[in-house]
Amino acid sequence: MLKDLFGKNYVTVKTRDKKEKQVKKDVMPDNRLWTKCKSCNEIIFNKKLTENLMVCPKCDYHFRLPAGERIKITLDEGSFKEFATNIYSVDPLQFPDYQEKLHKAREKTGLNEAIVTGEGTVGGFPVIVGVMDFYFMGGSMGSVVGEKIFLAIERSIESKKPLLLFSTAGGARMQEGMFSLMQMAKTSAAVKRLHQQGVLFISIMTDPTSGGVTASFASLADLILAEKGALIAFAGPRVIKQTISADLPKFFQRAEFLLEHGMLDRVVNRRHLRDELVKILSIHQTGVKSNVK
Amino acid sequence: MLNNILDFERPLLELAGKIKELQSFMDEKGIDLSEEINRLKERTENLQKEIYAGLNTKQVMQIARHQNRPTAEDYVQHIFDDFIELHGDRRFGDDPAILGGIGLIDHTAVTFLGHNKGKSTKENLKRNFGMAHPEGYRKALRLMKQAEKFNRPVVSFVNTPGAYPGIGAEERGQAEAIALNLMEMSDLRVPIIVIVTGEGGSGGALGIGLGDKIMMLEYCYYSVSSPEACAAILWKNSEKSSEAAEALKITAAPLQELGLIDQIIKEPAGGAHKDPAEMARTIKAVILSSIKDLSQCSTAELLERRYQKYRNIGRFSYDDQLIKPQDILKEEVD
Repeated sequence: MLKDLFGKNYVTVKTRDKKEKQVKKDVMPDNRLWTKCKSCNEIIFNKKLTENLMVCPKCDYHFRLPAGERIKITLDEGSFKEFATNIYSVDPLQFPDYQEKLHKAREKTGLNEAIVTGEGTVGGFPVIVGVMDFYFMGGSMGSVVGEKIFLAIERSIESKKPLLLFSTAGGARMQEGMFSLMQMAKTSAAVKRLHQQGVLFISIMTDPTSGGVTASFASLADLILAEKGALIAFAGPRVIKQTISADLPKFFQRAEFLLEHGMLDRVVNRRHLRDELVKILSIHQTGVKSNVK
Repeated sequence: MLNNILDFERPLLELAGKIKELQSFMDEKGIDLSEEINRLKERTENLQKEIYAGLNTKQVMQIARHQNRPTAEDYVQHIFDDFIELHGDRRFGDDPAILGGIGLIDHTAVTFLGHNKGKSTKENLKRNFGMAHPEGYRKALRLMKQAEKFNRPVVSFVNTPGAYPGIGAEERGQAEAIALNLMEMSDLRVPIIVIVTGEGGSGGALGIGLGDKIMMLEYCYYSVSSPEACAAILWKNSEKSSEAAEALKITAAPLQELGLIDQIIKEPAGGAHKDPAEMARTIKAVILSSIKDLSQCSTAELLERRYQKYRNIGRFSYDDQLIKPQDILKEEVD
């Protein structure tokens, strides 16, 4: 039993449907035999890289993960049930090229939108989970992403199941203008109710998390974890560099930098992330039980 | 002074010059030109109406960013009978980019918050052009919590190009400061009235901009990102900013049509800076009537309404409208 909870056997899930295969083909490197590490230039065999959860075995560089892969390595095999699958973006401002970009993003990722939400178990603990996908228009938050996060939070409140949100975003979805900006307010208002109802919320920031997502729900969790080396920012480094016209400090806006400045609970290597989550959920559940008695 | 004339105002300026010329000519020579002068005055008025009715987004932004645009401080002086500024976030420092305090508007005690730009370069440097750091947002939250304790309505004036993108701001948690404000403002147990008085720059504006009633002065903009940045990011071309400005729908009228703001407050002819006192009188009346309206419902009702207001923001569909249906169907059947 304990082995089940803390075991590391989580790369064995097989690709289940066509959609995921599509993701793999486009954004995962399995159409070649090897991948060059973006950080240390090491040539890594793809098999090895996948086994290592897309973390460079030499330098620990964390490759970005599509939502499907994230769910696979985090949730118990076969436990994930997606909800809110039938919400689609419209083009409320008739913004130039938006429909075309949406269309392309869907084809590329096999996803409807930049977030997948659902429920499942992690180490046997039931959770509500939301996973953003950077490959879908830079993980940007528009009406649909906001609504799906809102619904996940509501589901979490109703079921009292802990909420895990994996964020990655370039910021707000510009093509939806102020509708996007207001999703910051919408999701934050929902998080307030989650806290009032005493439900656990763990935010996991992955590379990169910036703009309106960082400045709303992602920063409002009980526990904020970040993957090693993840860029976490309000304003991106390029904008800051331009504004102050000076060089930025080393590791500026990296997870380790934020930890040092007190903005995160923990920086976690992806290979230990699931174990940490299970540990937190386990401690938390014990706490909740004793409280109820 | 000439630097502050906007391009589209030049024809008006020329007419004003002519009127002045005729006036002095008339005074000098004792010839009656009043008919001619009146004609010109009428023309000026019509032209002004025409120009201001047909402003494009970029031109509205020019007015919103006008150097003489009244600041939060100007409005406070005109609107409040008594006002006392309160400083500091009790954590790190005091941010002059956000003005906060308490005061009386016609015997109603109110907590005031507002991005505060400067009028001169020197003052603007001090106030960082109204671009707040985390301590500004945290000061605002402190004052809002205080307002809640004493059951005072909060009035918040938004006028910022954005939250400051700097090293210190990031180190001290700009994102967290804004996020926390959003969360707490969504449930603050007193009415919150928000008025965009100039620039509504993205998250930096929203950081003190969540409330029960969101209003905009006529010549303002409120945007998810500056059109300049939007064009640079989406089209890798900041020269397309006029195009981006139109596409983003950031002025008061389209935002009201989209249901994203509640009310537009009319500005004096030519913009708030032409007659700050008149602008302040209008705003004061709107604030008072808004407080009166919002005070009529119970706290629970107020909070539920606010929650629903934000819950309902967003446009999406339960049908797939954009992708060809057969694409999805094929996938699911397979």
